[in-house]
Amino acid sequence: MTLNEISKLLSCEVFCGEDQLNMDIEFGCASDLMSDVLAFSRSGAILLTGLVNTQTIHTAFIAEINAVVFVRRKKPDKDIVALAREKHIPLLGTPYSLYEASGILYKTGLISTMECISVKNENG
Amino acid sequence: MRMDKSYSQSFEITGNNFFDAGKAATEVKMILKQIGINSDIIRRVAIASYEAEMNVVMYAKRASMTIEISQEKIKIVVDDEGPGIQNIELAMKEGYSTATTEMREMGFGAGMGLPNIKRNADHLKIESEVGKGTKVEFVIELKESARGGSKER
Ligand SMILES: Nc1ncnc2c1ncn2[C@@H]1O[C@H](COP(=O)(O)OP(=O)(O)O)[C@@H](O)[C@H]1O
Ligand SMILES: [Mg+2]
Repeated sequence: MTLNEISKLLSCEVFCGEDQLNMDIEFGCASDLMSDVLAFSRSGAILLTGLVNTQTIHTAFIAEINAVVFVRRKKPDKDIVALAREKHIPLLGTPYSLYEASGILYKTGLISTMECISVKNENG
Repeated sequence: MRMDKSYSQSFEITGNNFFDAGKAATEVKMILKQIGINSDIIRRVAIASYEAEMNVVMYAKRASMTIEISQEKIKIVVDDEGPGIQNIELAMKEGYSTATTEMREMGFGAGMGLPNIKRNADHLKIESEVGKGTKVEFVIELKESARGGSKER
């Protein structure tokens, strides 16, 4: 699924990364806990979160999250957008809640990063 | 990649500076990218480094984060000046945390940091002296044969 398709499905406003909307998103991940994101995400994922601060951007960069969607009309301030631009991480905002936004994407078949990780952990 | 000598670099981390928290781990990640280390390994080192950096920002006064890269392994040492950890075994437990509400609002403080470091590293050593500081040292092996197995410790 492309970021553009996700943006349309979630009626998103784009805060930065307009030129990266054709990127491919393979997995979805939703959390306000950055340690969880670090533990259970994979590269190539989109992060849905209600946490709007610079830690969200650092976490996305470190964990190789492709793009971030802030839920419930939360808006990042200038510092956050500037940091995301510098790291080439598109930032979007949706009016939907975390639960609704996750559900919409999950229904279209976007798989969870967490499932992948838990399966991997059981094997290793 | 070919590296005959080992390479090392240090970064400073300042306690309570939430705005810059993540910069040292970002630098580490950039170095590894530049050298052309495998992306899965970069991700593991970056995640573990970031959790260690956040712990300094949340609990300590200051620290140095040193990365040492050789042909065999990547070693990160985070040496801080701070309150130290009284009971390391307890601190290692998933969910154990002394973080404040303010720290939790930053998305950290779920008691997952040290376990996350352990999960991503092949070896982890924590030394701490109450009232003085904590030294967190972890290694990620670059040689295929040396990886795995060591996780049981
Ligand atoms: N560098 C440090 N200095 C002092 N205490 C620390 C340090 N790192 C961790 N701790 C202690 O260990 C606990 C667990 O750490 P961690 O697993 O990273 O979880 P969290 O940071 O979410 O609380 C912390 O809540 C804190 O009490
Ligand atoms: Mg922590």
